[in-house]
Amino acid sequence: MSIQFERTLQPKSGGWVENWRDRVRAGDLGLLPVILALIVIWVIFESVNGNFLSGRNLSNLTLQITEIGMLGIGETFILLLGEIDLSIAAVSGVAAAVLVLLSNAGINPWICIIAAILTGVIIGGFQGIWVTMIGVPAFIVTLAGSLGYQGILLAFLGSTGTVPIFSHTLLGIAASYIPAWAGWIVALIAVVLYTASLILVQRGRRARNLSFLSLRSIALRCAVVVVVAAVVVGVLNSYRGFPVAGLILLAFVVLFSFVTQSTVFGRHIYAVGGNKEAARRAGINIRKIRIAIFTLSGAMGAIGGIIGASRLGSASPASGGGDLLLDSIAAAVIGGTSLFGGRGSIWNALAGAFVIGSVENGMDLLSAPSSTKYIVEGGILLIAVTIDTITRNRRRTAGR
Amino acid sequence: MTDVQVPEDQPVTAGDGTAPLLSVRAIRKRFGAVQALQGVSLDVHPGEVVALVGDNGAGKSTTIKMISGVETPDDGEIFFEGQPVHLTSPAVAERLGIQTVYQDLALCDNLDIVSNLFLGRELHRTLIPGLPKLMRKSEMEKRAIPVLKELGINLPPLSTLVASLSGGQRQTVAVARAVLWGSKLVMLDEPTAALGVTQTKAVLELIERLAGNGVAVLMISHNMTDVFQVADRIVVLRLGRTVANFVKCETSLDQVVAAITGSAEEVAIQE
Ligand SMILES: Nc1ncnc2c1ncn2[C@@H]1O[C@H](COP(=O)(O)OP(=O)(O)OP(=O)(O)O)[C@@H](O)[C@H]1O
Ligand SMILES: [Mg+2]
Repeated sequence: MSIQFERTLQPKSGGWVENWRDRVRAGDLGLLPVILALIVIWVIFESVNGNFLSGRNLSNLTLQITEIGMLGIGETFILLLGEIDLSIAAVSGVAAAVLVLLSNAGINPWICIIAAILTGVIIGGFQGIWVTMIGVPAFIVTLAGSLGYQGILLAFLGSTGTVPIFSHTLLGIAASYIPAWAGWIVALIAVVLYTASLILVQRGRRARNLSFLSLRSIALRCAVVVVVAAVVVGVLNSYRGFPVAGLILLAFVVLFSFVTQSTVFGRHIYAVGGNKEAARRAGINIRKIRIAIFTLSGAMGAIGGIIGASRLGSASPASGGGDLLLDSIAAAVIGGTSLFGGRGSIWNALAGAFVIGSVENGMDLLSAPSSTKYIVEGGILLIAVTIDTITRNRRRTAGR
Repeated sequence: MTDVQVPEDQPVTAGDGTAPLLSVRAIRKRFGAVQALQGVSLDVHPGEVVALVGDNGAGKSTTIKMISGVETPDDGEIFFEGQPVHLTSPAVAERLGIQTVYQDLALCDNLDIVSNLFLGRELHRTLIPGLPKLMRKSEMEKRAIPVLKELGINLPPLSTLVASLSGGQRQTVAVARAVLWGSKLVMLDEPTAALGVTQTKAVLELIERLAGNGVAVLMISHNMTDVFQVADRIVVLRLGRTVANFVKCETSLDQVVAAITGSAEEVAIQE
């Protein structure tokens, strides 16, 4: 006698197509919409200004989005938990100031970098503890924090205003490129890693008698990655090569994508964001995860700040200000990470950063005034958040 | 034998006199101004299905939360396998072999079935000590299948998101999660509420099969038909107190209802 439901399927894993269809139905669209949006934006800007898709401009674009990308990754982690961090940009400003002031005091640039990251870690950890242990909403803690850190930044730099960087190492972060051959090696490594991971998973599932990817679809996926890697490296090599800062961003995306998708810690982040009470009852230490994620967000803010300072060649009271905060939240949300927790991925943050960066870059090329830029960016963010809200409501009504 | 007014400090043995797996003695719990529990005592034996019944707000869910470690009692004692235990967290209860299916299904909609089955107990491999541990995803899927089969549980592919399941399927995932771990005691809070006829039958059969495998089951239900179908004993709570403990085959629906509504004393006198 067995339990029958309307759909009596054997408990085995479904095909990837059904799987994907299920996810779409559940309101999890993955990377598809953001990539489509990116293509549309690129086509529009290219048709208006033929320089948009030039190797030089795409290389600049890659550099421009590294800061937003780093902050977007931090914000993605926070959003996955269902929280928000409004201080990440201000943290990047403070980290930039720490970096520049220490460096100009004659300290070894690597120690300056470590100190700047530690600054972010300490601030993030402090916010995480405040949110978790005292229970003040993250929104308020980080908003208050943001104000405070801007004050700290002013106190550090106030008398001097803009402080230039002299260290070549620090300036080099955002100004150096790897040679063409090294770019191809990076592409090769990416393809090999991706293929190896697919084959490893396939073998593991096959050995356990679970459904697995056919060789054909593995080959197809790898072919796509080969083409993408070749195009990216080819385009970047046509200017000066792969920017080091872009490579650092890519490394972080790959690393954290692995952490979120393949580790127990990552699974628990999604669980806490999806249903906090269920996670608690399953014995997951929510406090530890929250503090860890806020700390991580602080660190990512600091790393973004370091790259930003290197790109500008200075730290100033305006570091981490302007639209950086909204841009980084927008990168995460436009990428498809939900504001309501539990849905999204690190790759989304990268794609979202490209969307935001492309819009800014394209409008700069057209020499659009700041007023237009702000309005367009605000509009894009509003659309992304609206889509997120609508799909969430659909999930709620269709879900159960 | 139908003993109304359970003595609070003596363990109640089942008909056959075996030692209880779980023994709750006179627990009390206050939430601010609300005295939710004021003396709840009950026993559950291995292989036995005990139904916990009572009106809304009688304290049934609160009682289960005490046993699952979600809340801790202010007073009273809980014995498990004869030993006094302090269930300070869900993890402690789980380690003892106590699993709970909550009234508000504790599932993560954004994760797939297999992730929910293993939530908080992911199989893993340590790559570098101190750093996040690598999940063994395919191994989890593989291990879940025979257990589900043995219990006759049919579910959509295990990589289906829980958000896209029907109510009955969600309930089945919640129950499956509780039984996947070789648990000794499974507690279910209104497992058939909101389920259709077929799905209710399926869950009740699953409960019987669990008990048949020697698992102790403590089930909350408002549905007397369900209770009389699967329960071996029926414990009645009223206003946070154990007021009756019936052996199913020696009682009637009227007696149980009378105990729930508070006219039990008169019933007892009339007999
Ligand atoms: N966390 C809490 N805080 C305050 N009061 C609570 C809490 N949990 C339960 N109570 C109160 O304790 C009493 C018992 O609640 P409980 O949920 O155990 O009832 P129940 O028997 O499960 O009812 P139902 O059949 O409606 O599920 C109720 O008066 C309820 O309001
Ligand atoms: Mg209840």
